[in-house]
Amino acid sequence: MTSSDAPKDPTTENGELELLSFRVGESEYSVDIMSVREIRGWTRATSLPHAPHYVRGVINLRGAVLPVIDLALRLGLDVTEPTERNVIIVIDVDGRSIGLRVDAVSDILSFASTDLQPPPDMAADRSHAFVSALTILDGRMIRILDLAAVVPDTHDVAA
Amino acid sequence: MSDAMQEIRASFFVECEELLESLQDGLQAMQDGATDTETVNIVFRAVHSIKGGAGAFGLDQLVMFAHSFETVMDELRAGRITADDNLLALFFQCGDLLLDLVRAARDDTELSEDQLAPVLKQLGEAVDLEPEDEEVDPAEFTPMALSLDLPGLDDMADLAEVGPPATPRYHIRFSPQHDLYTSGNEPLFLLRALRDFGQAQITCVVGDVPLIDKYDQAQNLLTWNIELESDVGEDMIREVFDFVDGLCKLSIEPMPQTGTDVLAPTLPDLDPPSAEDALPPLDTAPVDPAEPDPPAPEAETTEPAPPSKPASATTESGKSGGNSTAPKPTVRVDLERIDRLVNLVGELVINQSMLSQSVALSGLSGNSQIAAGLDEFQQLTRDIQDSVMMIRAQPVKSLFQRMARIVRESASDVGKTVRLRTEGESTEIDKTVIERLADPLTHMIRNAVDHGLESTEKRLEAGKPAEGRVNLTASHRSGRVVIEVSDDGGGINRPKVKSIAEEKGLIPPDQTMSDSDIDNLLFMPGFSTASEISNLSGRGVGMDVVKNAISSLGGRITIVSDPGKGTTFSISLPLTLAVLDGMVVRVGTETLVVPLSAISETLSLRAGDSRTLGPNTQVVPVRDSFVPLIDLGTELGYIAPRESYEGAIVLLISQENGDRAAMVVDAIEDQRQVVIKGLQDSYGHVPGVAAATILGDGQIALILDPIDLLTNASGRSRTETAPSAEPETAEVHP
Repeated sequence: MTSSDAPKDPTTENGELELLSFRVGESEYSVDIMSVREIRGWTRATSLPHAPHYVRGVINLRGAVLPVIDLALRLGLDVTEPTERNVIIVIDVDGRSIGLRVDAVSDILSFASTDLQPPPDMAADRSHAFVSALTILDGRMIRILDLAAVVPDTHDVAA
Repeated sequence: MSDAMQEIRASFFVECEELLESLQDGLQAMQDGATDTETVNIVFRAVHSIKGGAGAFGLDQLVMFAHSFETVMDELRAGRITADDNLLALFFQCGDLLLDLVRAARDDTELSEDQLAPVLKQLGEAVDLEPEDEEVDPAEFTPMALSLDLPGLDDMADLAEVGPPATPRYHIRFSPQHDLYTSGNEPLFLLRALRDFGQAQITCVVGDVPLIDKYDQAQNLLTWNIELESDVGEDMIREVFDFVDGLCKLSIEPMPQTGTDVLAPTLPDLDPPSAEDALPPLDTAPVDPAEPDPPAPEAETTEPAPPSKPASATTESGKSGGNSTAPKPTVRVDLERIDRLVNLVGELVINQSMLSQSVALSGLSGNSQIAAGLDEFQQLTRDIQDSVMMIRAQPVKSLFQRMARIVRESASDVGKTVRLRTEGESTEIDKTVIERLADPLTHMIRNAVDHGLESTEKRLEAGKPAEGRVNLTASHRSGRVVIEVSDDGGGINRPKVKSIAEEKGLIPPDQTMSDSDIDNLLFMPGFSTASEISNLSGRGVGMDVVKNAISSLGGRITIVSDPGKGTTFSISLPLTLAVLDGMVVRVGTETLVVPLSAISETLSLRAGDSRTLGPNTQVVPVRDSFVPLIDLGTELGYIAPRESYEGAIVLLISQENGDRAAMVVDAIEDQRQVVIKGLQDSYGHVPGVAAATILGDGQIALILDPIDLLTNASGRSRTETAPSAEPETAEVHP
């Protein structure tokens, strides 16, 4: 399943936003579907020495080297060891491809951008730093990830 | 401008680059003492061709400058001026300026007059024999043209004697079209070039030229008939007309040996050495004397100063010599296509190793047909890969020539006389490496001139020649390319370096450091030794930038400095950025690739081989010396340090500077060629890791950078251990 399989709703032009939602632990997060390149099953990653703890390593994506970030570790949530049922969401951030390991993909959601609200300012919780907006759907809270914040800068990593 | 024109224009600029390269070569040869006419000719031809092309595209500034340059070159060619040091320096400057002009023209800009004026003035002074150039020209030129047309009949008698029947003869008919003149070409030069080949009888057919009132300069009225008696082949003759290909009608036909007698009476002809003798009988011309001189005004429009070249140039015989070293035929290919080929071959290599692995897993015996076929396939893959890589390889010559310019410019900026010596210019290295090497190398060259070499006074005091030397060499050494920049300056002032580093807080004061440790301080960020900030360096860009640039190419840089004698920087680079011969090893659960070039030997440790030197330092004896032991698994954070190293497998890593280290791995699995996949773009730099690759099972394996790993490993042990341990670690380093 790749992003091209996603239903292309023409109404999204009018300030509507399509999100891919997925589960990390018990929480539900989402990303703008336009930044998703593909979704693939979990494969063992080659770990990188001296990497931040949340970097699982690199995998072979059809001949390219793809770094994989464990989103649970990155967000400071409870971590389970990766299983066959986990998936890697390949996203595109500023021209770089990065894999996000999540527990499972749940849905494709459509919102008007007016339905989004900024997250409350709660500096104490680290995982908030990665949430750019919130919205409510059928009583569930959907967090929209700030991908630029999630993905480590190439220069940061080098240090 | 149409696409076709754009294309021609683009190829003109590519040609210009090549011509400028041969120009630099020629000038370099002249500086090294070559005085033969061929060398001068090479330079002249390069300038002339650039001028010709530039004229075709209406690049006036370029034409103008090339023309002035060419004029002086021509004086030199004619032997009226000699190439002393001043003139050569001027020529080099002209060469640089010509390059700038070509670049500017390519970008549709022009250089400011201020840049050109001083050089043009100097060029003018160099040929100061006739100051009123413009006025003298036509006058000087016309008799020349006439002399071609109007030889005395008495020459014919000579001719029968001079022309030995054994020499091949050619009949050449050359009628330039109008474009030939407008593109800055000059028939006179072509005719002269022909004359250089041997005996030439040149006749201008002016019968078609109307009276002056009906004269239309856009018409092509002049045709030259040339009878050439020469040993050179027809190809060489055609080569003379290469630059005017398509701009003229040209026919070259071999003539029967007896042709002299048959043709001589019918064609008025010219024997070059007698040209001047022939001047007086102007009016006795057998051809229509009414309009003898249209070539002069025609040519004058584009060629205001090819003056004052009497036939004395006939002594030049170098033409054929230059042509004998004809370049090999080449094809220009879009770089993208090559890159695509390189990538595909990379995939092929991966695919091939996957196939090998699955055949091995399927349990077929080693002597089955499949296995044999697979071996051949592997061999072929490797051959293809090598060949493809060679397409991308280029000689470092172009890079070195750019450096020659840097040396000249920086030497004049700091007021030192410096001579650059280059060696191994034909050493080939990947194109990308060459491109990315330009900046760091420029910086190193500037450093060598600015900091490396002492001032002239100090040099003389130290009993050295006033002229400083910078050597730039390239060579292949054990599968890598080594580029060295060395100077014969004062060497690194170690106490000063150390005190500056302390002052800037880069190192704690009063630390005991080895010489090479101090030298390496130069690579620390924010370090600059120039106490006087000069125009060249000291702009905050330091050797650390150079080092980063080199290591991003998979290269390493080392310093060797000898106080009072000079400093040598060595850059060692991989031949290609695409593949690598590696040893596949296992560490813990991870598979890693270690570049084969870094491994000098492998050994297995016996009980008691490893000795404890410091709390964190173990050494092993290798023949007569002790080598520090590095546990790769621990170093990379994969596994905890092991209790005993008995039976451990060790890779002995050798650095360029002779330092060695023993790297402990769990197992050696394979030795194979791997395709390099960069980590930089997707993830960033990982200390100790050069890149990644994809193994036969589709898994990614990291390619280690052992030298980086060792450098960091020793650095870490220093910071982590108590200060008291420091002298010990220092001793471990040979």
